[in-house]
Amino acid sequence: MDALQKLMFNFFPLLFLFPLAGLLLNVANGRFWHKPIAGIIASSAAGLSFVVAILQWVALLRQPDGTVIILGTWLQVGTLNVPFAFQVDTLSVTMMLVVTGIGTLIHLYAIGYMYGDPGVTRFFVYLNLFLVAMLLLVSAANYPLLFVGWEGVGLCSYLLIGFWFDRGEGGTGNANAGRKAFVVNRVGDLGLILAMGLLFWQLGTLTFDDVFAQATAVFPVGSPLIVAITLLLLLGAAGKSAQIPLFIWLPDAMAGPTPVSALIHAATMVTAGIYLIARSHVLFALAPVSQTAVSLIGASTALLAATIATAQFDIKRVLAYSTISQLGFMVAAIGMGAYVAGIFHLITHAFFKALLFLAAGSVIHGLEHGGHSDPVTLQDMGQMGGLRQRMPITFAVYLVGALALAGIPPLAGFFSKDEILAAAWQANRAVYIMLTLAAFATAFYMGRQVWLVFMGEARSETAVSAHESPPIMTIPLLILAALAIVGGGLNLPGVHTLGHWLGHTLGHGELLSFNATVALTATLLALLAVGLAYWLYGRHPLGAAATDPLTQRLGPLFVLFNQGWWVNEMVEWGIKRPFCHLSTVLAHSDEAIFAWAERQLVHTVQRGTAVLRRTQTGQLNWNVAGIIVGLLLIWLLLRFS
Amino acid sequence: MGLLTIVTFLPLLGIIWILLQDKEKDDERVKRIALGTSIVTFIATIVVLALYDKSEAGLQLVDRVSWIPAWGIEYHMGVDGLSILHILLTSFISMLAIASSFPIIKQQVKQYYSFLLALEIGMMGVFLAQDLFLFYVFWEFTLVPMYFLIGIWGGKDRVYASIKFFLYTMAGSLLMLLAILYMGITNGTFSLPDLIAGRAAFASAQNLLFVGFAVAFAIKVPVFPFHSWLPDAHTQAPTAGSIILAGVLLKMGTYGFVRFNLPLFPEASAHYAPTIAVLAIIGIIYGAIVSFAQRDVKKLVAYSSISHLGFVMLGIFSLNAQGIQGGILQGINHGISTGALFFIVGIIYEQRHTREISEFGGVWMAMPVYSVLSLIVVLSSMGLPGLNGFVGEFTILLGSIGAASLGPNAWIYTAFATTGVILAAVYLLWMFQRVFMGPLDNPENKKLRDINKGELAIMLAFLLFVFWIGIAPSGYFALMDASVAELVKTVGSAVASLP
Repeated sequence: MDALQKLMFNFFPLLFLFPLAGLLLNVANGRFWHKPIAGIIASSAAGLSFVVAILQWVALLRQPDGTVIILGTWLQVGTLNVPFAFQVDTLSVTMMLVVTGIGTLIHLYAIGYMYGDPGVTRFFVYLNLFLVAMLLLVSAANYPLLFVGWEGVGLCSYLLIGFWFDRGEGGTGNANAGRKAFVVNRVGDLGLILAMGLLFWQLGTLTFDDVFAQATAVFPVGSPLIVAITLLLLLGAAGKSAQIPLFIWLPDAMAGPTPVSALIHAATMVTAGIYLIARSHVLFALAPVSQTAVSLIGASTALLAATIATAQFDIKRVLAYSTISQLGFMVAAIGMGAYVAGIFHLITHAFFKALLFLAAGSVIHGLEHGGHSDPVTLQDMGQMGGLRQRMPITFAVYLVGALALAGIPPLAGFFSKDEILAAAWQANRAVYIMLTLAAFATAFYMGRQVWLVFMGEARSETAVSAHESPPIMTIPLLILAALAIVGGGLNLPGVHTLGHWLGHTLGHGELLSFNATVALTATLLALLAVGLAYWLYGRHPLGAAATDPLTQRLGPLFVLFNQGWWVNEMVEWGIKRPFCHLSTVLAHSDEAIFAWAERQLVHTVQRGTAVLRRTQTGQLNWNVAGIIVGLLLIWLLLRFS
Repeated sequence: MGLLTIVTFLPLLGIIWILLQDKEKDDERVKRIALGTSIVTFIATIVVLALYDKSEAGLQLVDRVSWIPAWGIEYHMGVDGLSILHILLTSFISMLAIASSFPIIKQQVKQYYSFLLALEIGMMGVFLAQDLFLFYVFWEFTLVPMYFLIGIWGGKDRVYASIKFFLYTMAGSLLMLLAILYMGITNGTFSLPDLIAGRAAFASAQNLLFVGFAVAFAIKVPVFPFHSWLPDAHTQAPTAGSIILAGVLLKMGTYGFVRFNLPLFPEASAHYAPTIAVLAIIGIIYGAIVSFAQRDVKKLVAYSSISHLGFVMLGIFSLNAQGIQGGILQGINHGISTGALFFIVGIIYEQRHTREISEFGGVWMAMPVYSVLSLIVVLSSMGLPGLNGFVGEFTILLGSIGAASLGPNAWIYTAFATTGVILAAVYLLWMFQRVFMGPLDNPENKKLRDINKGELAIMLAFLLFVFWIGIAPSGYFALMDASVAELVKTVGSAVASLP
C-alpha cells in the first residue's frame, strides 16, 4: 500500500461523519433556522460523503485488493470479538458510490419536493440517518456490524414510510404501512441472527475475511449446516429485498414521500439482500442447494411481481411491483453465481428506477401544485393522461427510464438484463423462461404506464392544470436520465470493466460471452410488448370514464393480478387475524385463570383453617392431650430415624 | 466499617434526617434530602467501581465479621463481577425514581421518601451480602417498603395488588429459607464462599435445594407461570414504584440464579437447564403475545417485562460466558429501558390521568420532544442494534445457540426464542403507533404540554446509558469477564459430566 493510498483510506471515517454531522446540525438547530437550510445542509453532507467515496475508489484504482480499516472495539465477550471494522474493497466501494451518488441527487431533488412541508427538517434528519446506516451496511467488515446498518436502514424506512404519520387510510394508513415494513423485515432478521449464531459456533469468528477463509475447510460442500446457514441468510435477504414470500411490505411502503421511494425503496436499501448474498458468495458456493433456491425464488418473484404490475392503477404501485420484479432478476442472477451480472443490474436499476420514481414524484408534485390535492386521485393513472405537453422534461426523462427498464438497446437496462438472461440460459432453463416472461411483462406494463400517464388527452381537471416542476427537481432527473442512457457502458460485452473490477473481491470467474440469440430474443420480445401496449392504449387513447381495456382481455386474470394474487389477504387471514385472536384470548385467560387459581387457594386455606379452628377449644385436657401426643411423636421420630 | 457497608447503609442517614424534619411542614426539604442522599449513594457506588479490580475473579472490598457465632452466621459483604453492575443499577435507578416522584407525590411525603430510601438499603444488601442468612434478611426486608409503596401511594386496586405481591414473594421465599437452613446446618456455616467450597456435603440433595432457591427466584423474575403478581403490582404501583420494581427488584431474581443456584448446585443447574430454558422461551413468546392485546400502557409494559426477562433467563441457563454475561447485561438493559418506559408512561398519566391506549393518538404533534425520546426508548426495548437492548439480546442468543447445557438441539431453543425479536416489534410498534402516531383527534390531547426541564434531565440520564451500552458495551462486559469465567469453569465441568 503506497503512501497516497494510505492517505486516502484515512479519509474513510468521513464517509459517515459527514451525514452524521449533517443530521446532528439539523437536530440541534432545526427549529431555529429557515426551513430550506435543513435541506441544503443535508444535501451538502451527502455530497461530501460522495466525494469521500470517490477518494476510496481512486485509492482502490491504485491497488484493487482493498483493505480493512479498524476503528475500535464494539462488542467483546468471551471468545466473541466484534470490532468496528470496515471493508474497503471493490464491492463495497461500488455500493458506496451508488448510495452516496444517487443519494446526493435525491437529497437535492427533495429540497424542491418537500418545500413548504412543516416537517421538512425531520425529513432531512431521517434521510441523513439513512445514509449513515446504509453506508455502515455496505462497508462493515463483519456480520454483526453489517446487521447494525441492516436494522438501521430498516428503522429509517419505517420512519420515512410513516413520515406523514397522520395521513393515509383512516388517518393511520401510513403508520400501518411503516409498521408492516418493519415487522416483515424482522422476520428476515430472524434468519440473519440465527445464521450468525451458527457461523460463530462453527468458526469462532464473524469477520468476513476469517469466515470465508475457514468456511471452505470446515464445511464440506452441501453439508446440512452450510445449507441451513445459507438458507437463513436467504431469509434475511428476502426480507430486505422484498422476495417471495416477504415482499408484501414494499408496495405499502409507497406511502412515504416519493424521494424516499426512490432512494430507499428502489435504488439502495432494497438491494441490501443482494449485497448480503454477493458478500457471502463463498458460503453459497458451498451449498448448491441454496444457490438453486436463491435463483428460483428470485425468478419466481420476478415473474409474479411483473404480472401484478401490469394491472395496477396507482403510478407508484406499478413502480413498486416493478422494483420487486427487478430485485428478483438480481437475486436470480446471484443465485446462479452470476454475481457481476447481479451487481451490474443493481447499479443500472438504481439509475433508471430512481429516475422513474423521481419523475413519478414530479408528476404527482405537478398535479398537486396545480391546485388539486386529493392524495388518492393524485397517483391514479386513470385520472392522468396528456401530461407530455404540460410536463415536457418529466415526460422525456420518464420515457428514457421506461425504455431502459423495458430493456431496449442501447440503454442501460438492456445490457444488465441481457447478462442475467444469458447466465440463466446457461445455468437453468426454468429460470431463463420465467425471467424472459417477466421481461416481456415489464416492457408491457411500462408501455401501458407511459401511454396512460403522458399520452392521449387529460382525463381529469387535475391533469389539465398540471405544470412542470422547478429546476431543483428537474436537474437531478436529467442527470439520472443521462446515467440511464450510458450506464450500460460500465460493463460492455467483451470489455467487462465492472467484471474485472468486482473480480478483485468476488473472484475472477469465467466472464460471460455475449449471447446473440438471447439478446435478440429479449429485444424482440420487449418491442413486441411495447407494440402490444400501443395496440391496447395507444391506438384509441382512453377516455375520461373508460375502463382499462385489459380488464376485458384478461378477465379473471386481471382481478388476480390487480389484487396481487391475494397474498396480502392470505397473510391477513392466515397470520394476522389468528394472532390477534390468540392474543386477545390469552390476555383474557391469563387474568381469568390465575384469578381462579388464587381464589381456589384462598378457599382451601379458609376451609383448612376452619377445621383447625375447631381444635382450639381452650380446654385444658385437650391441651394436655396435645402435648402428650406431640412428645410421643418426637420420641418416635428420634427413635427410628 | 468498610466501604460496602457505608454504601448499603448511607440511605439510613437520609431516612433519619427526613424523620427529624417538622411534620408535614417542609415537604420540599424532604425531597431535597432524599434526592441528595440518593445522589451521594450513587457517587459512593462509583467509588466502589473505581476501587474494583476487574481482573480479580473473587470477592473484593470484603467486610466480614461474626454475627451469630453459634450458628456460623456472619455479617459478610463483598462485590465481584456478578454484582458490580447490579449495585450501580440500584443506586442509579433509585436516584432517578426519587427525582421522578417530585411532582407526583403530594401526600405523606416523609413516609414515602423514607420507604424509597429503605428499599434502596434492602436492594443494595441483597446484591452485596455473601452470607446466606444475611442475604435472606435483606431479601425479605425489601418486601416491606415495596408493600407500603404500592399499598399507600398506589392506584385504585392498590391493596389487592400489594397483598398479592407480598404473598407471592413470601410463599416463594419459604422454600428458599428451608434450603438455606439445611445447607447452613449441614455445613456449620452460612458463608457463601465456604458453602461453595464445601458443596460436596449437600451435593446429594442438590436437586431439591436447587428447586428451593429456584422457586423463590422464579417468582421474583418472574418466570412463566409465576408471573401473575407482576401486571397487578405494576399497574397499581406509583411511577417510582414501577421504575424500581422493573428496574431493580426483578433483577434480584435473575441475580439470585447466577449468584446461588449456579455455583452452589452446578450439576443440578446443568440438569434443570433445559427445563428452565423452555419456561424462559414460553415466557418470551407468551409475554409478548399477551402484551399485544393490552389496553393499558402500563400493563403492556409489564407483560413485555415477562418477555424480556425470559431472554435473561435463557442466557443464564445457557451456562456459557456469552449467555451469562449477556443475561446479566440484559438485566441491566431491561432496568434502564423499562424503567424509562414506566417513567414515560408516568409523564403522560400525570397530565391525562388515564393510561388507556385508546385515549391517545397523534401525541407526536402535541409533544414532539417527548415523542422522539420515547421512540428511542421503545427502540432500545425492541433491541435495535446500536442501542443497549440489542447487545444483550444478541449475546444471549449467540450464547444459547452454542449452549452445551441445552444439548445438540440448542439451535431449536434459540430459533423459538428469536421469534421474540419479531414479536417485540409487533407489540411495541403497535403501542407506539396508537399513542404517538395517527391524527391528533382527541381534544384532551391537544392540551398536552411537552416535557419540562426536570423530566428532560431524567430522560437524558436514561438515554445516556441506552447509547453508551449500545455503542461501547465492551467496558461493561469486561467488568464481569473474570468472575463469569470462574463461574463458567465450575458449571462447565458439570455440564460436561452430564450423561
